[in-house]
Amino acid sequence: MNYWPLLGIALVVLGFALRMNPMIVVTAAAIVTGLLAGMDGVEVISTFGKAFNDNRIIAIVWIVLPVIGLLERFGLQQQAAAVIRRMKNATTGRLLILYLLYRQITAAIGLHSTAGHPQTVRPLVAPMALAAAEKQHGTLDEDTAESVKAYSAATDNVGLFFGEDIFFAIGSIVLIQATLATYGYDLAPLELALWAIPTAILAFLIHGARLLWLDRSLATSAPAVVGEGDHPRDGGGVLDGRRTPPPRNARSPSPRTRGEDEQ
Amino acid sequence: MITLQWLYALAGTMFAAFAILSALDRGHSKRFGNAAFWGLMALSLLGGDVIGDFGNGLLVLGLAGLAGFGFIGRSHPPTTSVEERQGWAEKLGNKLFLPALIIPATALIGTLVYNYTAVGDLGWIEAKRETYVFLGLGVLLALATLFVWLRPPAIAPLQEGRRLIDAIGWAAVLPQMLAALGVLFAAAGVGEIIGSATRSVIPEGSIFLTVVVFGVGMALFTIIMGNAFAAFPVMAAAIGVPLLIKAYDGDPAVVGAIGMLAGFCGTLMTPMAANFNLVPAALLELKDQYGVIKRQIPTALPLLVANILLIYFLAFR
Repeated sequence: MNYWPLLGIALVVLGFALRMNPMIVVTAAAIVTGLLAGMDGVEVISTFGKAFNDNRIIAIVWIVLPVIGLLERFGLQQQAAAVIRRMKNATTGRLLILYLLYRQITAAIGLHSTAGHPQTVRPLVAPMALAAAEKQHGTLDEDTAESVKAYSAATDNVGLFFGEDIFFAIGSIVLIQATLATYGYDLAPLELALWAIPTAILAFLIHGARLLWLDRSLATSAPAVVGEGDHPRDGGGVLDGRRTPPPRNARSPSPRTRGEDEQ
Repeated sequence: MITLQWLYALAGTMFAAFAILSALDRGHSKRFGNAAFWGLMALSLLGGDVIGDFGNGLLVLGLAGLAGFGFIGRSHPPTTSVEERQGWAEKLGNKLFLPALIIPATALIGTLVYNYTAVGDLGWIEAKRETYVFLGLGVLLALATLFVWLRPPAIAPLQEGRRLIDAIGWAAVLPQMLAALGVLFAAAGVGEIIGSATRSVIPEGSIFLTVVVFGVGMALFTIIMGNAFAAFPVMAAAIGVPLLIKAYDGDPAVVGAIGMLAGFCGTLMTPMAANFNLVPAALLELKDQYGVIKRQIPTALPLLVANILLIYFLAFR
């Protein structure tokens, strides 16, 4: 067997590990792999080009950007954050658990392309999660804000991946069925879809638990609030030179500036 | 009949407009790089079927060169300030959510009506592409609604779209590049190599360890290819069918369904699955391009263990 094409994989791993520009890494890996498989230069470029052209459907999702951008222009992210700020019990974890459930259920009934990173996470979920985190934590430092945004995107992926296979007419189910059929195992798509349910439930429990954990760490890592309560231990009623910060909800009318605009 | 070509034309026209607006953007230091990059995307979407395989290949090399050598960059088209946005949000309130819902609602209702009523029998839309077509229709409806309601400047949707696409940058094209790389990997026989390598590490006679190799193999191969779809046929041929199903008499439905989901755990952990893991990092403007992956690994690993146990206990009841 010709093991040389594995060099292409090694190149990809190395390139990603060194954080080189992925466009260059992928192109170089494609050319190297093709050449090592015995194609000539023109054939490699043609194969790469044809495959790129065959996958143009991936680019269609970007047609939503003008609408999302226009809605941001009129304050959609600010409004999403305002809604969360008005909710008494909203926390980042609870909000993302709700979105996880929504994403799993809609994907399970075949509506996987109605939500996603451009359509829902950037304009709605991430600003809402950030607003909730501010309520729990106070003003967010850059790392915490980054973490909350990353959790928003991660939750979308987990919900999608472990919901969509419950829907029997999805590509992966069709692929499993077709693959096993070539070996003489003729399975109904519905039968396969049912076996996706235990994993879906476990995914919800595992990721949900992590989101509750995120809530805990947001709350406990909150900057110590001096002056909360009237006990001298908390600084209440004691003038010892420390300036008493305003109560946390006093910030609410002022717009949050960083991280919301070019979020 | 409305086919995918219509959507390619719509998206291609949008990218062409981004290219022109980039070229005209005097305040942008890399305006011609951006114009060339989005111009090539427009050419791909509008003319990809005309320029031939080699032509497409050169187009891809052009995209990679422009992005890889730093010829493209972020732009700052005219938009509203944070204060203005706050003002709009207070004025418009929750009504702002309605146009945001037009796109998903159109995609949802359109797909359902088309598939479950007599409308589908008319054959107006290319088969299996109806959700994409209704997505496109939803975009146009949402734009029309926003124009009637809020009367933004006519160029605003394109400038706002350019603001976002430039924030995403090359990450918007990477998923397509990776799909093409997968095709080359397959043509070079990477699948067979991985399959035979996995077979060689299987311990004789232990069902449990064979399930472990199958599950971990699905995840690892998915991490390499960025896609569980590429891993599944290979791992099914190497281990799933000959060992788990035939030799050990496992339930094929369980092995197939949960084996695929073990692969999905790999998808959560790899930059090769760019559209799920790197694109959102760009879209949310994270500093760490692997930030999303890092938050997913602690979910993916326990879930992979769970999937392996599920296969073991459910397939061999």
